[in-house]
Amino acid sequence: MTDASRAPVISLKDVHKIYRTGEIEVHALRGVSLEVRKGEFIAVMGPSGSGKSTMMNLIGCLDRPTSGSYILDGVDVSTMSKNQRADTRNAKIGFVFQSFNLIPRTSAVENVELPMVYAGMAPAERRERARKAMASVGLEAKERSLPNQLSGGQQQRVALARALANNPAIILADEPTGALDSKTADEIMRIFRQLNDERHMTIVLVTHEPDIALHAKRLVRFRDGEILEDRPIKHEDDELVLHAQTGM
Amino acid sequence: MALHALGKNKVQTALTMLGIVIGVSAVIAMVSLGQGAQKLVQDQVAGMGQNVLQIQGQNQWAGGGARGASDQSQVLTEADVEAIHKEVPAVAKAAPNVQAQGQFVFGNQNWSSRIQGSNEHYLEIRGWKMAEGDFYTENDVRTAARVVVLGKTIADNLFPGGDAVGQMIRIRNLPYRVIGVLAPKGQSANGQDQDDTAMMPYTTIQKKMLGQALPRIQQISVSAISAEATGPAKDQITSLLRERHQIRPGQADDFRVNNLTEVAEAAEATTQVMTMLLGSIAAVSLLVGGIGIMNIMLVSVTERTREIGIRMAIGSRGSYIRMQFLAESVILCMVGGLIGVLFGVGLSLGIARLMGWPSYVSPQAAGIAFLFSAGTGIFFGYYPAHKAASLDPIEALRYE
Repeated sequence: MTDASRAPVISLKDVHKIYRTGEIEVHALRGVSLEVRKGEFIAVMGPSGSGKSTMMNLIGCLDRPTSGSYILDGVDVSTMSKNQRADTRNAKIGFVFQSFNLIPRTSAVENVELPMVYAGMAPAERRERARKAMASVGLEAKERSLPNQLSGGQQQRVALARALANNPAIILADEPTGALDSKTADEIMRIFRQLNDERHMTIVLVTHEPDIALHAKRLVRFRDGEILEDRPIKHEDDELVLHAQTGM
Repeated sequence: MALHALGKNKVQTALTMLGIVIGVSAVIAMVSLGQGAQKLVQDQVAGMGQNVLQIQGQNQWAGGGARGASDQSQVLTEADVEAIHKEVPAVAKAAPNVQAQGQFVFGNQNWSSRIQGSNEHYLEIRGWKMAEGDFYTENDVRTAARVVVLGKTIADNLFPGGDAVGQMIRIRNLPYRVIGVLAPKGQSANGQDQDDTAMMPYTTIQKKMLGQALPRIQQISVSAISAEATGPAKDQITSLLRERHQIRPGQADDFRVNNLTEVAEAAEATTQVMTMLLGSIAAVSLLVGGIGIMNIMLVSVTERTREIGIRMAIGSRGSYIRMQFLAESVILCMVGGLIGVLFGVGLSLGIARLMGWPSYVSPQAAGIAFLFSAGTGIFFGYYPAHKAASLDPIEALRYE
């Protein structure tokens, strides 16, 4: 499905990330290069501490690389200021988290509106768009509900609607099904696939579970701060499952 | 959005607000009471008459350093009054004061009170008004007429049904005709009933009531021609009396001139200082309330670390987070301030009523206290808001 003629949405070149906690230096990323083109659906796997979370934070503009460059949608993020990164996150990235991360005591539709509030959109327009986003994840009846009145699957769908609100360049999903039962997880993954198939949404998905990773079209496997493996996923890819079973 | 957060911890919010409520209402109550006291003093000053000076005799004991005002009655004379009136340019009117005590009897009613003897100018100098009838005249003074003008309290006690004017009453077993009743003045600064008094010509007291061989004048009341003239009047009277009493240079005066305007100004300045003092003590409680606000805001920032992380992840700039928390603390303080204003107004009215002071609610104090409470919100909300704004989104998102 990848089209070489299209410009990359994400372009990481020889990215290093070093954390310093007192005397100890942690080399979280050791020269990672990755290109993601529009419409790709990537599953990122790897044991904890392998550097995948660090890379997600970098891609999500929550952090800056120690060295190397990161071009997101044609813009160099590695030199951006805090405020510029906040604006970039707002405009280009839709986050979906394992623990849903909806704002408590705030209705579902208001949660979806929030990115548009920060984008400075007029109230009437953002309410309209938030409603549409809610409908696109099948939750038009739950607009007024508070997060604690919704099931896990419903909350994650609200989070997805919120991620889609500003029409981002990429969706970053960090273990989006980690807190869901397998049936609900499947439902959520179907929505991700639908977004990728029908709207050509670029999705980067971090997961531990091979079953979930199989929904993606390309696999990036991390180990010790480096990319161990980067290949397309075939549909009858049982090697992936096997790999998971033998231990991460 | 800010209101959302305030609604969640209602008890906490209410308690925090209470600090501001108490602070603001204390400021308003204290300042209002202080200004009420100031107004009381001002009324009293107006009650003393305008631009008044009082002259009292003060005897010297030969040889001793000790001096006193115990036997002051021999010093001042009628001629002094006359001279002050005629020769001192800064003086408008002068009146002698002679005092006596007596029992007032009418039918089966009786009442004990003091009697002030003076001349026909006394009413004007001391700023009294007539309620009924007339004040005694120059002719009454010259002839030592047996006429009396009653204060409201005496009139009310002797004549419960009214109609005092024209009646004959007995004082110290002599009959006097009531020719007028004074308009009430109320209590003086030290709580004395100023209306419990009667007035008659000083000559009547000296000749008819006391039968003094040597006429005594205890005090002279003088009105200056203007407020600015009270100072010069004091100097002029002093030099005139020194000359008249043949006091050599270097010798101490045998009298004392009190400028009541000065006294009034001093009293007013004192109450003003009191008001400021009370106000600033109350402002300390507002400060304490502000610290309470800071505390709750810091707790709120910690509690909502994850929420702040989420907001930052979906694109909120730090400045937006800062504004949100700042708005929260300002709203908290302003609502507290508003309740405090209402409470403070009620409190000052209540205290004023309880103490029998004139109730005076200062609109400036209310306005300033309210604005100050909003300022408190900004001042004490800034640090927590800044702390929230500078959180690292990655760590905030990870916060449990």
